[in-house]
Amino acid sequence: MSPSEFFHMGGYAVYVWSSYGLTFVVLGWILISPIFTKKNIIKELKIKYRQQERQAQENNG
Amino acid sequence: MKLPAIVHKFSSPKNFYVMSGKMIPWFMWSFVLSLVVGLYYGLFVAPPDYQQGESYRIMYVHVPAAWMSMFVYVIMAVSAAVGLIWRIKTADLMASVSAPIGAAFTFLALVTGSLWGKPMWGTYWVWDARLTSELILLFLYLGFIALQAAIEDPRNAARAGSILLIVGVVNIPIIHYSVEWWSTLHQGATVAKFDKPSMHISMLIPLMVMATSFKLYYAASVLMRARAEILRREQNTRWVKEIVENES
Repeated sequence: MSPSEFFHMGGYAVYVWSSYGLTFVVLGWILISPIFTKKNIIKELKIKYRQQERQAQENNG
Repeated sequence: MKLPAIVHKFSSPKNFYVMSGKMIPWFMWSFVLSLVVGLYYGLFVAPPDYQQGESYRIMYVHVPAAWMSMFVYVIMAVSAAVGLIWRIKTADLMASVSAPIGAAFTFLALVTGSLWGKPMWGTYWVWDARLTSELILLFLYLGFIALQAAIEDPRNAARAGSILLIVGVVNIPIIHYSVEWWSTLHQGATVAKFDKPSMHISMLIPLMVMATSFKLYYAASVLMRARAEILRREQNTRWVKEIVENES
C-alpha cells in the first residue's frame, strides 16, 4: 500500500481522518488540561498561604 | 454499614494523592504503548471490510469511545453510591472528576458515529433508539457537571450529583439493548454478546487493543484530574500546604 493510497482511505479519507483527528484533539486536551489546572491551583494556594502567614504575623505583632 | 478501617485509611485524600502519583506514569506509558500497537494494527494490518471498505476503520475510535462513554458512567454511578453510603470523600471526588472525561467519550462516540453514518447510511443523524439514548447520556453528563457547578457546598453538591447519577443508570441498559428492542439503522452488537463475536479475528484484535488503550487513558486521565482537585478541596490541611510549599 502506497502512502497516497493509505491517506486516501478508499475514498473515505474525509470521514476517517476527521474521526481520528477529532478524537486525538479532544482526548489530548482532556489529558493535558489537568496539568495546567494543577499549576494554577498551586500558584493560587501559594498566594493564599502567604497572605495567611502575613495576617498571623500582624495579629501577633 | 461499617467499612474496615483499612479502607478508610487508603481512601483518605492524602493516601490517594501519594498512591495515584506513583500509578500515573505506569498507566500513561502502557496507554501510549497500546495506542501505538492498536493504531498500527487497526490502520495498517487489519484488512478492509468486504462491505464497508476502508470506512469501517472509524470503528477503532468509535467503538472504544462508545464503550467508554458507558463504562465511565457506571464507574461514576458506583462511586456515587459508595460516596452516599459510606461517606468516602475520594469516591465523590472520582465521580466528579470523571464527568468531563465521560462527556468527552460520549461526544466522540456521537460525532465519529455520525461521520461513519454519513457514507454508510447516507445521513449524519437519525432519531432512532441507539443514537437518541446515547445523546441522553451526553445530557446526563452535562447535567451532572452543571449541577455540581451550581451547588456551592461540596457535600450537598456531591449528594445531589450522586442521586442524579444513580437514577440515570437506567439509561445504560437502554443504550446497550436499544439495537435489539427497537428497529434501527445502527448495527447490532458484534462483540459484547453471549455468542461468539461475529467479527474476524484480524479486525477484532486491533479493536480490543484500542479498547484497552482507552481504558488506560481513562485511568491516567482521571487520576491526574483527581490529584489537582484534591489539592483544591483539601487546601486547608497541613499536608497540602507542605506539598504546595515544596513545589517550585
